[in-house]
Amino acid sequence: MKIAVCIYEGPYNHEASDSAYNFIKAAIDRGHEIQGIFFYHDGVYNVTKLMEPPQDDRHIANRWSELGAKGIDIVVCIAAAKRRGIVDEVLVPNVRISGLGQLTMMAIQADRMVVFGD
Amino acid sequence: MAEEVKKIMFTVRKPPHGSIYVYEGLEVKLIMAAYDADISVVFMDDGVFAVKRGQDTKELGIKGFEATYGALVDYEIQKVFVDRHSMESRGMTEDDLVIIGEDEDTEEPIRPQVVDAQEIAAMMAEQHNILSF
Repeated sequence: MKIAVCIYEGPYNHEASDSAYNFIKAAIDRGHEIQGIFFYHDGVYNVTKLMEPPQDDRHIANRWSELGAKGIDIVVCIAAAKRRGIVDEVLVPNVRISGLGQLTMMAIQADRMVVFGD
Repeated sequence: MAEEVKKIMFTVRKPPHGSIYVYEGLEVKLIMAAYDADISVVFMDDGVFAVKRGQDTKELGIKGFEATYGALVDYEIQKVFVDRHSMESRGMTEDDLVIIGEDEDTEEPIRPQVVDAQEIAAMMAEQHNILSF
C-alpha cells in the first residue's frame, strides 16, 4: 500500500513526531511504500539542524534526515515554515521546502494518508 | 488515461481560536480546491464554532478568518457540512451558521448543510482520504 504521512506537531514537545517515525519504520518493514512525509503547523520544527538535544536522547531531525536519505520524499510546508522562521538554510539534508500542492498530490496519489497530531 | 477524481474530506473538530490548526487547515482547503479533487468539509465537535457567525477576534489581537468562509463557494468548495448533534449540543441553530457563498442563479445565500452523524459516516466511507484539522 502507498502511504502518505502528515505530521502536525513539533519535536519533543509532543509524541506525534515519534509515533509517526515508528509508524513509518513499521510500515516499511511490512513492505509498504511511503509516498511522502509532509510537515505542517508546528511540525515544520522537526527538521531544523539547529536543534541540539542531549546526547543520550534521540536526535529527531537527524532521524528524519536519515529516512530522507533512503529516498523518501520529505516536504516542509512553505507557508507554515515562513511563519515560524524555518528556511532552507536551517534544514537538515534530504528534506525540502515546498507548497501545499505537494500535500494535495500526496493525498490524491497515496492509498492512505495518516495524520499525526492533536 | 484520465484517472477518476479522488474524494478528499476535511474534518474540522477543534475550536477556531486558541490554536492555529483550524486557520492553517483553511489554507490547505483553499489550495487543494484548485486541484482536481472532489473536496468536502465537515465541521464537528468544537469545530462547529469555526462556522459560527459574528466572531470578533479584535480583543485576541488576531486577524480572524470568518470572512474567508464566505468565499468557500467561490473557491468551488460547495460540499460543506455541519454535524447536527455537535451544533445543537453547543446551543447553535442553522441560523447561527456563516454564509459560504450565494447561489449563482437565485443569488440566495448558501449555508453549510446540517447533517446527522449517519450521513457523515456514509460520506466518510466513500472518501479516498480524510484529513483532520
